[in-house]
Amino acid sequence: MVDILIMILSGIAALFILLAAIGLVRMPDFYLRVSVTTKAATLGIGMMLVGAAIYFAEVSVTSRVLAIIFFLLLTAPVAAHMIGRTSYFIGTELWKKTILDELKGQYVKDSHRLLSGEEAPGEELPPKEA
Amino acid sequence: MTLYNFLYYAILPILSLSIVLVFYRFLKGPGIVDRVIALDLLITIGIGIISVYSILTNQATFLDIAMILALIAFLGTVAFSYYLEKREKNG
Repeated sequence: MVDILIMILSGIAALFILLAAIGLVRMPDFYLRVSVTTKAATLGIGMMLVGAAIYFAEVSVTSRVLAIIFFLLLTAPVAAHMIGRTSYFIGTELWKKTILDELKGQYVKDSHRLLSGEEAPGEELPPKEA
Repeated sequence: MTLYNFLYYAILPILSLSIVLVFYRFLKGPGIVDRVIALDLLITIGIGIISVYSILTNQATFLDIAMILALIAFLGTVAFSYYLEKREKNG
């Protein structure tokens, strides 16, 4: 019974990870690739680690697994946000079928500042770059 | 079908195929940020392989290595993005 549960968990997790890998190869754009890796891999790895915790059924292993899952859930969005911000800053091109780029013109390259588009009238604005 | 056979003949080949696909993206690029996230995903799949391997060998100690690898993946991505943003020649 436990074996079947572990099989189901690790099977779904492996399919998730395979989908993430295929998405990383097939997606046309860096920003779409980032979304694929963070979502799918985190859930896949989490289910696989839960399978390991069920298999061992010890407190020490379960606490270790929970620590890893908590750490992954905490750090994957932060890392994806930072690398996405950096890639927009260094000028990675968007997909040519992208219809909306809300950050266009809001990033001041000299001061690394992100404008909101609603600055106060008296506020001194740095020159925008197209 | 026992659990060991399932892990050996179904799960580990799927994970290996995923590693190969991600490594293709790691080699191809086209930008350096693509390589950074491919490296991140490689280490993350490595964590999954370690957890499967700890079930197969009945050794729970391998999960410590998985924890350290998760830390290294996060640290590598953050360090890469920080220094790529700070460097003079962007592009």
